Amino acid sequence: MGEGKSGRASKKQKAASGPSPQYVEEPVLPENLQQQQDYVTCGDALNYNVSTADSAQLFAALGIDNSWSFKKFKKDFRVVINWVKGMDMEFELIGTSPAVANALRRILIAEVPTMAIEHVFLVNNTSIIADEVLSHRLGLVPIRADPDLFESKAGSERSTEKTTAIFKLDIRCTWRPDKTMANEKVMSAELKWLPGGSQMPEETNCQFEQDQREVVGPEGVSLVHEDILLAKMRPGQEIRLEAHCMKGTGAEHAKWSPVATAWYRLQPEVMLLKEVEGAQADELAAELPGLVTVQGSGASRKAAVGDARQHEKLLEKVRRLSGEETWRGCIELRKRKDHFIYTIESTGVLRPEQLFTRAIDILVAKCDKLLEHL
Amino acid sequence: MTVATGADTGATFALEDEDHTLANALRFLLNKNPHVSFVGYSIPHPSEKVVNLRIQTTGELTAVEALRQACQSLKQLCGHMRSTFTEAYEQYEQTQGSDESP
Repeated sequence: MGEGKSGRASKKQKAASGPSPQYVEEPVLPENLQQQQDYVTCGDALNYNVSTADSAQLFAALGIDNSWSFKKFKKDFRVVINWVKGMDMEFELIGTSPAVANALRRILIAEVPTMAIEHVFLVNNTSIIADEVLSHRLGLVPIRADPDLFESKAGSERSTEKTTAIFKLDIRCTWRPDKTMANEKVMSAELKWLPGGSQMPEETNCQFEQDQREVVGPEGVSLVHEDILLAKMRPGQEIRLEAHCMKGTGAEHAKWSPVATAWYRLQPEVMLLKEVEGAQADELAAELPGLVTVQGSGASRKAAVGDARQHEKLLEKVRRLSGEETWRGCIELRKRKDHFIYTIESTGVLRPEQLFTRAIDILVAKCDKLLEHL
Repeated sequence: MTVATGADTGATFALEDEDHTLANALRFLLNKNPHVSFVGYSIPHPSEKVVNLRIQTTGELTAVEALRQACQSLKQLCGHMRSTFTEAYEQYEQTQGSDESP
């Protein structure tokens, strides 16, 4: 039996080879299988090789170990930050599996906690917007408060400065002397934070032991947007209410979701499957301007494909062309299965990069919780 | 969590308060374990927050041990992902900071 570089390699040799080989090479997947592993092929009517082949023994017959290796992950995994614009960001996770990328996406949407208005105590509402509709609108207003500083409140427990942030809305629409209306539009800026706690503690079952600034720091609790229209009124109408914010997650209600949305897509690549030369190259370049260019001149000129990411609007056309008789077998759209282009649009409660690291922490916490029980 | 049925090498775990998020990530890692002969999960009812995770091993290790390894691998993976992401972000911020013009 051959001398293996490592225990694993020699074992493979034993299984795969007959008479004594003098050298041990790391076996490689045949090109076609490797391509099926790495890429989804986007055909004109359907996608091929969509699933990720993730069984450890999948390529055992070829002597290839497909089992999990942290060393290999560490070697291959990369993150590229593409851009951060305000509360949005795009980055690339390269060398991970959809199971992990999707777990993080799901956590971002449904499991990273935030603060949102949960209870609205209406003292008076003579505007035309119904109490429950107004309350629902209030719930969706993003509240800038670090959720880590708050605790979740259980059921009927009394609200305290550690669980609840309180806003007051007290507004009346009136005629001005010049016959224009004051407070015709009720904007979110009218919501005033009450660091001292509820002004009707008996009715709201809320008792602060100290000023909430002690808990949340000098910045206090504020609104992400001060220009959200909450209601409209006519002179003589008024709205008086107290809104109590609590900690929660998007799993219970979307108002607690810290992201407008978070999604990923796969890295697209356009491949020329064979040399496209001469007049045909000109034709292809005309079909896909910018993406396909003609290199060289004369009869030996050839089509060359540029970066698919720079010509995203042409990619669906590539997909269509790949099914047409003229181009079938010439050009193909593929997507890399382990390269995720991730976008996070935060609601503004937390910065997108904070959200992503928190999502990872939550996934770790889930593992810890499970390990505790094992 | 409860272990519902099984001998040492095969067990069904009922993960309470979990869903596809954790179950699919664990399934992925368990599937990548050469000593696991079968792994699959199901959510019996969409409004019940429970996942049934079935693990059968080839005998070299117990189902519990396989699950423990998967959890640890996932933690390790997350740790590396977090540090790589933070590093990339810091680097991005630095390059942005130097490029920024008033």
